[in-house]
Amino acid sequence: MDFTRRETLALGAGAAALTVLPFRVLAAADEAIAAFTGGADVAEGGVELTAPEIAENGNTVPVGVSAPGASAILLLATGNPTPGVAQFNFGPLVASQAASTRIRLAGTQDVVAIAKLADGSFAKASSTVKVTIGGCGG
Amino acid sequence: MISRRDFLQVSMAASAMVGASGFGNWARLAAQQSLTQDDLLQFDTYGNVSLIHITDIHAQLKPIYFREPEINLGVGDAYGHVPHITGADFRKLYGIADGSPSAYALTYNDFTALAQTYGRVGGMDRVATVVDAIRADRPDALLLDGGDTWHGSYTCYHTEGQDVVNVMNALKPDAMTFHWEFTLGTDRINELVENLPFAALGQNIFDAEWDEPAELFKPYKFFERGGVNIAVIGQAFPYMPIANPRWMFPEYSFGIRDENMQAMVDEVREMGAECVVVLSHNGFDVDKKMAGRVKGIDVILSGHTHDALPEPVLVGETIVVASGSNGKFVSRVDLDIRDGRMMGFRHKLIPIFSDVIAPKAEITQLIDEQRAPYKDKLEEVIGQTDSLLYRRGNFNGTWDDLICQALIEEREADISMSPGVRWGPSILPGQNITREDIWNVTSMSYGEAYRTEMTGEFIHVILEDVGDNLFNTDPYYQQGGDMVRIGGMGYRIDVSKPQGERISDMTLLKTGEAIDPAKTYQVAGWASVNEGTEGPQIWDVVENYIRRKGTVSVEPHENVKVAGA
Repeated sequence: MDFTRRETLALGAGAAALTVLPFRVLAAADEAIAAFTGGADVAEGGVELTAPEIAENGNTVPVGVSAPGASAILLLATGNPTPGVAQFNFGPLVASQAASTRIRLAGTQDVVAIAKLADGSFAKASSTVKVTIGGCGG
Repeated sequence: MISRRDFLQVSMAASAMVGASGFGNWARLAAQQSLTQDDLLQFDTYGNVSLIHITDIHAQLKPIYFREPEINLGVGDAYGHVPHITGADFRKLYGIADGSPSAYALTYNDFTALAQTYGRVGGMDRVATVVDAIRADRPDALLLDGGDTWHGSYTCYHTEGQDVVNVMNALKPDAMTFHWEFTLGTDRINELVENLPFAALGQNIFDAEWDEPAELFKPYKFFERGGVNIAVIGQAFPYMPIANPRWMFPEYSFGIRDENMQAMVDEVREMGAECVVVLSHNGFDVDKKMAGRVKGIDVILSGHTHDALPEPVLVGETIVVASGSNGKFVSRVDLDIRDGRMMGFRHKLIPIFSDVIAPKAEITQLIDEQRAPYKDKLEEVIGQTDSLLYRRGNFNGTWDDLICQALIEEREADISMSPGVRWGPSILPGQNITREDIWNVTSMSYGEAYRTEMTGEFIHVILEDVGDNLFNTDPYYQQGGDMVRIGGMGYRIDVSKPQGERISDMTLLKTGEAIDPAKTYQVAGWASVNEGTEGPQIWDVVENYIRRKGTVSVEPHENVKVAGA
């Protein structure tokens, strides 16, 4: 037997969620961004976000951010029920404004990093991470 | 750096030379009934470096039949471009005559008739002859194995890859990268790799716990050949823990990691590499995209998607070479490297016609030694087939239909599922089906045939999920297999739609009724990536079915309606 019925149902529920969630930025994510930027404009570029295209395990997805000169970087999983992942604050003496962590993703979604740069402006990068039930490779 | 304009001129000249010397000639030679080994190997040695590429052998040590796909759809930017061109369109594109040896080698039409004319393909003893001939022209040619080598046969399963390792070692490769090898499990792949007499490469093979490069697999290796410093960078299959069971090699992590690929290219260039070759198991569309994003790669030797292309595809200043599968082809690529850059290339995709290319006796003997302990088991005839059995194509092949029917009948299921893998040789009508033949299309380390209940809604989710792994318009989100094969159920797929909207009209074939999302169905399948899957091995299920039937007939049927292509 492949899945127990319970696992099948759990997988079914997760997978069903996966079809609903993709590419939907929850209002909570927008609110978190607004709180971080104070409503200021956010430019593309100036922050680097490293994430896998397809997650090997949606429960622990390695993500890295870096933004030279930034004083803070906000990391969001826009499709999670609670989008806030972390806010990294960098003091004036840090060697590099970079951090990495592992996050849990509820389904395929955009991961977003917003950096507060040295001049007070904001920069953004985003990356779609696909969470799939897998199988059937070539 | 060489300008794009110069480069194009050089490569066009090289293509023209190829056309004159090798590929375009097969048809004429065959018409004269005089195709010889010399014709197949003919190559005017060029430049100062030779690469020999073979990939996706899937443990096929002996000659086999292998039918190329009838349907291989490209989406997004790949639409209408190679390798997403098949049959008559493919022949037209490359000027291949109908019924010619190249038509037989590269397209699917009239396969049964042409197979009787031109015979089996592949065989590592024939490949050895080709490798020797190239080394006679250029003794320091690099032999590079693109992976999916230690998987896919009865003997490979029972020796845990040792049979293929023994034979490949005798061919003396210089480097290799990986995919299915990892399904041998961490302990076994580590053991084999630790003892390899050549480089095991993968810049994207990482330690899962620390997300750092794995110690056992090096990102690249330098070779000095023809006075040229060549760096070969490995790229393993990026999605192993997703497409194959993660629990079998939990210590390893992969991914495309093209930012790390760029760092490796920059590093080797800084260390003095005059030529950068990527030995890749990305799949062709992923390699094309990577060639456009990572700067400084001269040649990508592409594997995984089993495409065989008579000419390299040029992306910027990178050539992408695709060399087929199952031992059916070897690519030779000669490069002119001067002043730290690639000034030109000459390429030939060499088809391994087993009746034309003489086997190297020493290797034949070595292969037979690997098979000897299992000979009786391998050769036992289980049944016969009235139909051509093949697998390759985006949707069910006849082998898949047979396997799906076996699952339904032997496991008393409503619906069956079989993985969309691209390996597995073909069987001609009238041929016996031996145990070896069954294992060639089913062998794997997680072959248990499960039986479970699934709701109509869940089956839909599975089809949508697998469909997106194949038809996502961004190649980096594709996994490179084909669509999961379905028995007992029909459906419609619109490949141009996004995930969640591709699959419709799901119908239970035995009643003709629409699949009810809320209803539960009995589903039998195999090759689950989940740990703890229980059930008989798929090769036993298929063997019992064929034995019971005696002679199998698989009528082509169209339970999948394809739109948007």
